[in-house]
Amino acid sequence: MSALLEVRNLRTVFPGESGPLPVVDDISFSLARGEVLALVGESGSGKSMTALSILRLVPKPGQVVSGEVRLAGEDLLRLPVTKMRRIRGARIAMIFQEPMTCLNPVVSVGAQVMEAIRLHDSINKIDARARTRELFVEVGIPDPDARLDAYPHHLSGGLKQRVMIAMALSMRPEVLIADEPTTALDVTVQSQILALLRRLQSDRGTAILLITHDLGIVNELADRVAVMYAGRLVEVAERKALLSEPLHPYTQGLLRSIPSRSRPGEPLPEIPGVVPPPHQWPAGCRFSTRCPIRFEPCAEVFPEQIRPAEGRRVWCHDVERSMRREGPA
Amino acid sequence: MMGLEAYVFSNIMTAALLAGAWLLVRVVRRQRLWREAAQQLWGRRKLAIIIVGIYLLIGLLDSVAWKGGVPEDSVGVLPNAPLTLIDRVFLGTLEASYSAPFAAVEFYGAMPLQRPGSHLFGTDILGRDVLYLSLKGARVALLIGGLTSLIAIPLALVFGVGAGYFGGRFDDFVFFLISTLASMPGLLLLIALIMAMGRDTLSVCVALGVTSWVGFCRLSRAETLKLRELDYVSAARALGVSELGIIVRHILPNLAHLIVITFVLMFSGLVLSEVVLSWLGIGVDGSWGQMIDGARNELSREPIIWWNIAAAGSALFGLILAVNIVGDGIRDVLDPRTRKSLS
Repeated sequence: MSALLEVRNLRTVFPGESGPLPVVDDISFSLARGEVLALVGESGSGKSMTALSILRLVPKPGQVVSGEVRLAGEDLLRLPVTKMRRIRGARIAMIFQEPMTCLNPVVSVGAQVMEAIRLHDSINKIDARARTRELFVEVGIPDPDARLDAYPHHLSGGLKQRVMIAMALSMRPEVLIADEPTTALDVTVQSQILALLRRLQSDRGTAILLITHDLGIVNELADRVAVMYAGRLVEVAERKALLSEPLHPYTQGLLRSIPSRSRPGEPLPEIPGVVPPPHQWPAGCRFSTRCPIRFEPCAEVFPEQIRPAEGRRVWCHDVERSMRREGPA
Repeated sequence: MMGLEAYVFSNIMTAALLAGAWLLVRVVRRQRLWREAAQQLWGRRKLAIIIVGIYLLIGLLDSVAWKGGVPEDSVGVLPNAPLTLIDRVFLGTLEASYSAPFAAVEFYGAMPLQRPGSHLFGTDILGRDVLYLSLKGARVALLIGGLTSLIAIPLALVFGVGAGYFGGRFDDFVFFLISTLASMPGLLLLIALIMAMGRDTLSVCVALGVTSWVGFCRLSRAETLKLRELDYVSAARALGVSELGIIVRHILPNLAHLIVITFVLMFSGLVLSEVVLSWLGIGVDGSWGQMIDGARNELSREPIIWWNIAAAGSALFGLILAVNIVGDGIRDVLDPRTRKSLS
């Protein structure tokens, strides 16, 4: 599979009191056509910023300082603003976390989807309305004709998220960035939305960059997983490999703290502490302040990328050490 | 206006305003949210709306003028002067000077300061019919209130939304402008502007507009600052909407309720401030303010001449009260906390 979206050494900084803070630091990954890549991490690990950096929508005063974002070979970070605007929505679309607040409250939802369509495609209002209706049917909105003229406050959270998805899909984008698409929804609606995303990915071949902190969703939807911690990637692997045999201590900690995997009656294991704020990040491995197996160089020296297997990358001194002991795989 | 006679210009402006109003009605009818709000408003504030409508109708009838068709022996009318429908109703001819209540002047009846009687509201010191003057005052009041708001609100929106949305240098500039304007005594600035530009209706409107946009500018800037950070604005950006598109389709519609409410409240405030200007001697000719100011001198007579000030005062009071009640109704209808049964 050739890479449709390729992110290389992406670095986004925010100005801080003691110099720039790299909230997205040296991130590289690729996304093939029809693939679902999950970007996993705790709150504040830089997942959403990575997504916004791809679309060049990092809020001020943050800015992307280096790296490449190639969509079918074209570097988005070096495109003029007007061309970038034509890519947003049309070739890369994004679904946001909060369907409650992502729709304009004073415009009917049909009109909002029509606006999205007419933005990139010069068709008249009647055709746009017909397309909107088709999209509503496709994303499973019941009674689409009545919903076209409904206002956001008439709809439930799940319906709003479907409208958001309809809007994002209106131009049949090649890449869909879904930023915690189900976090704000309750569990039954969650599974419906996930089923919808899976169907879109298989029917249309849309590549999905799924941003989530929920490993259950990863298990249901993702082909590959990239784990982020404090602005850095710590591990990238195929879903099965990662879930069955996590290498990085952070990934291991995440998996251990899933309630369904723990034994009943025993306290749920957790990773002690919280993600340190950007100005307290250690010079070495960012996880070293919470890592249960940290040793000498961890806090000072940043671990190199190692490739323990095909399609697998991990950044950890411990993995490196044990691999050196065993010899290359 | 350059080469154009004043009455032609006034007719064109009236047509333009009517066209604008028609467009507005169409927009309101198309958008369900606004249609429902308008229906609710009508249901709650029928009487006030009807009263405002009557004032508007009088103002409208007094804004369209044409020449000709005037009997040659009309009193107090220049031959071939453009006259409005209101003027024509009150045309007094020599023989028909008994035709009051509908007579504008009664020089030859030698009836200055006549008690209400055959002239429904009496006459003033120059023998002019007070009813006629009060009706003529409606147009001036509506112009002062409406035209000034139409100058001040767009000005405030351009600066306020621009400053709030783009920030940076433009924001600094606008804030400098606002602070400078706000630090000058408003009335003195107003007087200076009117002195510089003259005392015709348009100049007074411009002067009032320039001095009254600051408050709404601040408000719209603050609202825009809030709105531009909202998720649906980010979502629109992620869909590839341009900055201008976001302002027009997402910021302005969410400011619309503020615009409507500000328009109504500003309107009544401006009409009242014209009265103050009249008292200072720089009001617009033919306004209720001028009538009240003129009637001040008559109050000391014995027996007291009350009908002048009563007519102008109640005309003013009726308009302001009705507009304020409508404005209050609009606020109720548009405010989500008091809005009911909109789902």
